[in-house]
Amino acid sequence: MTASARVFLLGGITSYRALFNWLRPSYYFPTMLAGPLFQLLFFAYLGRFARSESDAFYVVGNAVQISAMAGVFGMALTIGGERWTQTLGPLLATPASRFAIFLGRAVPNLAQGLIVSTFGFVMGWLLLDFDPPLSSVPSLALIVLVSTISCTAFGLVVGALGLRLRDSFMVANPAYFAMLLLCGVNVDVDALPDWLATISSVLPLTHGIEAAREVADGASLSSVGGLVLTEAAIAVAYAAAAFFMLRYFEEESRRNATLDRI
Amino acid sequence: MNALRIFGAGWLMNMKSMLRSSLFVFTSLVEPLIMTTIAFYTVKAGGRQETLFYFAIGAGVMGIWSSTLFGSGGAISWQRWEGTLELLVASPPPLIVIVVPLTVATASIGIYSLTATLLWGRFVFGIPFHLAHPILFVVGLPIAIVAMGLLGLLIASTFVLYREANALSNMLEFPIALVTGLLFATSILPDWMRPLGWVLAPTWAVRVIREGALGGNPLFEIAMCVLLGCVYLVLASYFLRVLEVRARAKATLALA
Repeated sequence: MTASARVFLLGGITSYRALFNWLRPSYYFPTMLAGPLFQLLFFAYLGRFARSESDAFYVVGNAVQISAMAGVFGMALTIGGERWTQTLGPLLATPASRFAIFLGRAVPNLAQGLIVSTFGFVMGWLLLDFDPPLSSVPSLALIVLVSTISCTAFGLVVGALGLRLRDSFMVANPAYFAMLLLCGVNVDVDALPDWLATISSVLPLTHGIEAAREVADGASLSSVGGLVLTEAAIAVAYAAAAFFMLRYFEEESRRNATLDRI
Repeated sequence: MNALRIFGAGWLMNMKSMLRSSLFVFTSLVEPLIMTTIAFYTVKAGGRQETLFYFAIGAGVMGIWSSTLFGSGGAISWQRWEGTLELLVASPPPLIVIVVPLTVATASIGIYSLTATLLWGRFVFGIPFHLAHPILFVVGLPIAIVAMGLLGLLIASTFVLYREANALSNMLEFPIALVTGLLFATSILPDWMRPLGWVLAPTWAVRVIREGALGGNPLFEIAMCVLLGCVYLVLASYFLRVLEVRARAKATLALA
């Protein structure tokens, strides 16, 4: 195994286990499954009360968005946690490939995002009025995969800001909640004012959620190909921005001796 | 008298401490504004413009609840991380006298949320702000806040024993908002779910504030807030005593 592959694999697994205090179920279940499930139910009932959209609208929107629990919070905590436990300095003092270090930390969160998202869809199907055609499931799975990748890439940007800010939650918290409003999760993007819709169009998940809704409603994958490609392009753009920011902030924090500031 | 002095000093110190936390203030302000905005567009899509003030109040109370929960979940954990939990437990006053001002302070910060939400609704969305019973609103608001703070205390008291306090408190935000009808009437929930809300202070707190603002007679709801607040206090006092002893016996008090 090459050094980079080892850093990627072992570093990623160890970091992920540390994220949940060494993967204790008592930490994992409330955070990754129960919380997102109740978020989904809350907005579905809000929609019912306001007589605005169908259950399917909220199930698809929230089931895709809850991948941000891992993609955004997970990534913010992964990098912020290194600082909190005073391991960021030693980690960045190593000559290991930065690409392997941070990609290794992103992949488990990406996988986790997929699990949470799938759980959201299944619970929406079991508990709410959401019954997509069986034939749409493979297409939905592909769209969720692309959306989760773009969300994790966005999370990597948030995590990179954690190198600069004392508390990465200052970005992660508002980012997670802003997604609920701006990415078409609970509010149709067309209903937003133009300037908010413009922001929405460059955020992760927006196009993925739109594509997922159409597919769950019976549309074919090819008919939403443009949306999926746009989501993929957004993922690439955020990943590139994150990599540049991680390098830049690392150098900056070395120069200013702020790496371990908490 | 000593307990009152500790409450006053503790409340003030915790208020100052939390107001210095940009994350806490930011969360108390930004999250409710986002919730209000979502509620506004949701209501607009449903064509129920007449209920905008109803939703704005609900989003504000949800903000109070979020900061209470965030603070209560953190109340024990933060002391644990800072290494001060053992000192507090070892100090002469009962632990409950020390923890009550902390959780009530977190709920008090929620006033930011309510104010910000109502101002946001008024100036950004043009939601009319008119209080039907200003006196009942002013009297009911602190009672509602203290009742939610005492529920936070009950939650915090059970967290003495658990290292997962933060995870649990993060998880409780939406379920409690769901069963207590903060943003929508509980009549749309399944029958079995409704009684869960009856024993939770936010159910009555939001009604106190809504009826003070929109009209109605909130006296029963105020009485429920007082009653539940007392029950929470008694239960929290018991839990803190029992769990403190267990945490000391198991030597888990300082484990982060």
